[in-house]
Amino acid sequence: MERERVYLPALSRVAVCGGTHGNELSGVHVVRERLKEKQQRVDDEEDEDVVSVSNILTNPRAVQQCRRYTETDLNRCFTRATLSSAVSDRTPYEIARSQELNILLGPKGSPQAVDLVCDLHNTTANMGVCVIAYSDTDWICLHIFKYLQHHMSDVPVRYIHFDLPCREAYSLDSLGKHGFALEIGPQPHGVVRSNVYTYMKTGVELMLDWVRLFNSGTVFAGGLVEVYTMVSAIDYPRERHTHNIMAAIHPELQDQDFCLLRPNDPLFETFSGATLRYQGPEPLYAFFINECAYYEKGIALSLARRRSVEVPPVQMKSGLEHPGDPGTSEEEED
Amino acid sequence: MSSNNVASFNEARRVAIFGGTHGNEMSGVTLVNLWMMNSREEIQRKGVETQPFITNPKAVEKCSRYVDTDLNRAFTTENLSAPHGKDLPYEVQRAQEINRLFGPKGSSEAYDVIFDLHNTTSNMGCTLILESSKDHFNLQMMNYIKKAIAPDSCPVLLNEDPGLKYATARSVAKHSVGLEVGPQPQGVLRSNIFEAMRIILKHALDFIELFNEGVEFPPCTVDVFKVSERMDYPRDANGNIIAMVHPNLQDCDWEPLTPGDPMFQTFDGKTIPYEGAGAVYPTFINEAAYYEKQQAFVTTRRETLAANAIRKV
Repeated sequence: MERERVYLPALSRVAVCGGTHGNELSGVHVVRERLKEKQQRVDDEEDEDVVSVSNILTNPRAVQQCRRYTETDLNRCFTRATLSSAVSDRTPYEIARSQELNILLGPKGSPQAVDLVCDLHNTTANMGVCVIAYSDTDWICLHIFKYLQHHMSDVPVRYIHFDLPCREAYSLDSLGKHGFALEIGPQPHGVVRSNVYTYMKTGVELMLDWVRLFNSGTVFAGGLVEVYTMVSAIDYPRERHTHNIMAAIHPELQDQDFCLLRPNDPLFETFSGATLRYQGPEPLYAFFINECAYYEKGIALSLARRRSVEVPPVQMKSGLEHPGDPGTSEEEED
Repeated sequence: MSSNNVASFNEARRVAIFGGTHGNEMSGVTLVNLWMMNSREEIQRKGVETQPFITNPKAVEKCSRYVDTDLNRAFTTENLSAPHGKDLPYEVQRAQEINRLFGPKGSSEAYDVIFDLHNTTSNMGCTLILESSKDHFNLQMMNYIKKAIAPDSCPVLLNEDPGLKYATARSVAKHSVGLEVGPQPQGVLRSNIFEAMRIILKHALDFIELFNEGVEFPPCTVDVFKVSERMDYPRDANGNIIAMVHPNLQDCDWEPLTPGDPMFQTFDGKTIPYEGAGAVYPTFINEAAYYEKQQAFVTTRRETLAANAIRKV
């Protein structure tokens, strides 16, 4: 039996963000191209829409230098603590920038925040297309995911859930009332691969198609979706004194993102050819396998449990108060 | 050159293996660190002093290609003869130091062979880079390596055109060999790429040992890809790229590209075809580090080089 329909307010303001990491180039070029197209529509006086979309390069300095960040990782700067910290001329660039973005797209947690943030990322891991969000009950994010998965049939599309409460959410997408990262790989940092760019551009366009349909009153049918919930991460074995890595991801695991890693499966291969095996107690799904930027964060791969989530049908209803928790239905106002 | 068309060379006694010339090309960094901190048995050969060496330690520390300027373009005569000083860019100082340790470039004291270990984001497999078509010692080495790893292939890229070649770290030695293995993202260590580089090096060192023992290598031919032209991305007035390597060309290193074939795809989906005079063999397709050097790929033409027989003096 289908779940009861959930009514949610329209998504009037959406932000499409690229260049949060300056060397993840699909997002940089998708945002630049969208800014060009938007300017063309303004010039042609064709700018009517049921949704107001902002296209933003969030870390322009890092984009200009084609680096992940200049002083600190921007995508870890959106905790409430960092957003409210005092700023001086010695404050790292990315922290000052996170506070600017909070003014532009937030304030985080307030009624003025944009309705939806879509933050564009690339990974060197062979993850295909992933929608990454903090919630497994945000029906907006889950419906957008369902829509992308249905319409992007030539690439795997998966939903990754980082189970963190709002107050600990650290990434840019947490600025909006709803938000998610669109993470696509494999692509080396500093490179734009045409197929990955096309997936990113298509993903953004499909997301906005969904938002327009939703805002126009379309009912979206519910259903079961698979969700990968992050459980833990494993670091490389490292030398005690230098902290240098002592092994590489095992060739049987390399590029096998979302495979089920069972106890005793190969994990690493040392430089002398020995196999190190997974010693965890339960089989888990591996992802972010050999992501370049995570070497410095002490992550060789991440592990998730997978389960099915029942997503209810949703429909836009105007006149609703913004719900306190995403996904709850509201009584109609008299 | 001696009689009977056999080229004689001195024994190759001093061999260096450079890693970290680009600090984010991880196979070479990892291999050289391994040999410097652990056992060197793997790279030892009778009668050969094999020196592993990290050429750009600051770039390795930062896991970036370079600190001030590309070390692998820094070994120009001008740089090497510039007055020493702390004001010089870091990599120019390093170039002078490396020239002192392993050169001087062009002199009889220079190291016999330097292998420089590199990675690329391009799908080039295990490529050997040759800087002179007349280096019979190198040609024979590359022939030996190719035969040793057959049926796997090992393309040889020849870059000797004065307008296109550049002043590499390895050019300090009498015989310079570039090892370029990909595809691998910068900053990432892939186990298969690491092992492939290791195997190529093993065969190269085996060749040197055999040569030093007095083996005469008979005349041979080596098929090479000779660098012809650099192709940049189409760009706008601000210098930003306005197109990407076309999906039909992406990952197709060493495959023929004929006039009319798709070459680039604009960000709004249009195809830009290749419009050269004839078929070429592109390589270094979509190398991350070359966006700033205005290079989307290079075209090459196939040539067969003849190598004389060689033996030690």
